[in-house]
Amino acid sequence: MMNRPETDPHFEYLLRLGDSSLILGQRLAEWCGKAPILEEELALMNIGLDLIGQARLLLSHAGQVEGRGRDEDRLAFFRDVQEWRNLLLVEQENGDFAKTMARQFLFDTFQGLQYRELAASADSTLAEIAVKSLKEAEYHQRHSRNWMLRMGDGTEESHTRLQKALDELWGYVPELFEMDEVDQAMIAAGIGIDTNALRAEWDSRVREVLSEATLTVPDVGWAVSGSRKGQHTEHLGYLLAEMQFLPRAYPDARW
Amino acid sequence: MAEETATAAVLVRKEPDREVLEEAFQVKVDAETRIEPKDWMPDAYRKNLIRQMSQHAHSEVVGMLPEGNWLTRAPSLKRKAILMAKIQDEGGHGLYLYSAAETLGITRDQMYDQLLDGSAKYSSIFNYPTLNWADIGAIGWLVDGAAITNQIALCRCSYGPYARAMVKICKEESFHQRQGYDIMMVMAEGTAEQRRMAQDALNRWWWPALMMFGPHDAESAHTSQSMKWKIKRSSNDELRQKFIDATVPQAEYLGLTIPDDQLAWNAAEGKYDWGEIDWDEFRNVVNGNGLCNRERLETRRKAHEGGQWVREAALAYAEKRQQRAASAPEKKEI
Repeated sequence: MMNRPETDPHFEYLLRLGDSSLILGQRLAEWCGKAPILEEELALMNIGLDLIGQARLLLSHAGQVEGRGRDEDRLAFFRDVQEWRNLLLVEQENGDFAKTMARQFLFDTFQGLQYRELAASADSTLAEIAVKSLKEAEYHQRHSRNWMLRMGDGTEESHTRLQKALDELWGYVPELFEMDEVDQAMIAAGIGIDTNALRAEWDSRVREVLSEATLTVPDVGWAVSGSRKGQHTEHLGYLLAEMQFLPRAYPDARW
Repeated sequence: MAEETATAAVLVRKEPDREVLEEAFQVKVDAETRIEPKDWMPDAYRKNLIRQMSQHAHSEVVGMLPEGNWLTRAPSLKRKAILMAKIQDEGGHGLYLYSAAETLGITRDQMYDQLLDGSAKYSSIFNYPTLNWADIGAIGWLVDGAAITNQIALCRCSYGPYARAMVKICKEESFHQRQGYDIMMVMAEGTAEQRRMAQDALNRWWWPALMMFGPHDAESAHTSQSMKWKIKRSSNDELRQKFIDATVPQAEYLGLTIPDDQLAWNAAEGKYDWGEIDWDEFRNVVNGNGLCNRERLETRRKAHEGGQWVREAALAYAEKRQQRAASAPEKKEI
């Protein structure tokens, strides 16, 4: 315990996966009572629930790999902003339905590819989680893809809103395919995958849908990243303050 | 043309008069034969059912809000997942009940407009605020418990689609109730602060839960006709008593106190005696002046109005797709 490296790449890797699912699930939970139609309220809760389920499995596994007695709740409720490893994309605010769905579409497409590859991970627990989650991710992709088409090729207003949303989110896309020493170590161990190698497939899938939806691939000329080092946008702090309030206020309680 | 007139004349002559129809209807009801959408039914029966079923559907939809209020703040991931699943179930129950009500010749859009313009009601209980996490437990335990007591009775309702909806819904509701009680159990066995939250939640939700059964039988406008038509199978007071008798021991098991100093076991009658409901408060809430009435409706209105452009987009896209399919019939749409 004393001589452990500050970051165990295996733990770190699982945390990244789990955190992205959890933060996006939390964002979708914010839609409760606000969706444009009852069916969609159900769908958003459904997808959010899937994501939180994935996060629970991944964070529990991460806690076991870390071996310091932190369970899913310890990891979810007692880490501050800079200890979170979720992608910047998923912590972005919901905005209107177009922004939520654009964020979802960009992420779902990525997550589907990622789980497909992770299903062959040398970490058998991770592989099992990936197999289970891939089925859910495929459903999520169908759902967000359909909404991209409906809104992109719907009315003038929906088209404009969705294009704006894509433009706003596009700068967070390169981070999905970023690789660092943790990724390299995990690839070497046969546990992790090279997301960079998924870029071309992601691009072609996304471009195909955008084109069918009569949308333009953004050319925004900016990109930010930093979540792997705990550098987040200002949105995450508020999200955590709300999410962590009870366990922080009553740390001795079991719920 | 001449032929049609002749047929119409035959139909008019053959149509039995209203009294005969109503009598036949009542015979059917008394024989416990389910009434189905295409069967003849008295207008008042149809109206009464539309009122009750749409209110029921609206209650599911508005009922998502007080619990949704704690979704982002649920204190563990497991509780968050359970709550999310529960809220999803409620939305599904809403859909199911709207479908069942539509068999009576009203559309879901019409019903939803009535909710938003305030002309249709929803359960008074959802106008109370959720102020601490134990409220989520209390809602599952007491509010869903009261709902189940009501709905089990409705499983034998004379109108087939409603009765079948209730059978389906009761299965999920009883699961929710157990989960709610589980939250209360953990809180009641937890720290002093959690115990205080649990008692506080019970104090605030007990009487509103009893009000869910509606006014006393003598004051209930719809009861006698609904009982005769077997829409209702038990009276408000009977169901309320049943709920109290079942719930008091559950509170005792938790070591919590029910906020009614007149509550006492009546050994002679084998039931609990209890204090009087504050009917002024009940009327106040039903008439729109509870703590959250305005916010609940405003939330639903905002979601509906704010989502207008999304629904329009979906419609426009569906039309375009249809046009494209019509102009290229050989190309299969995926």
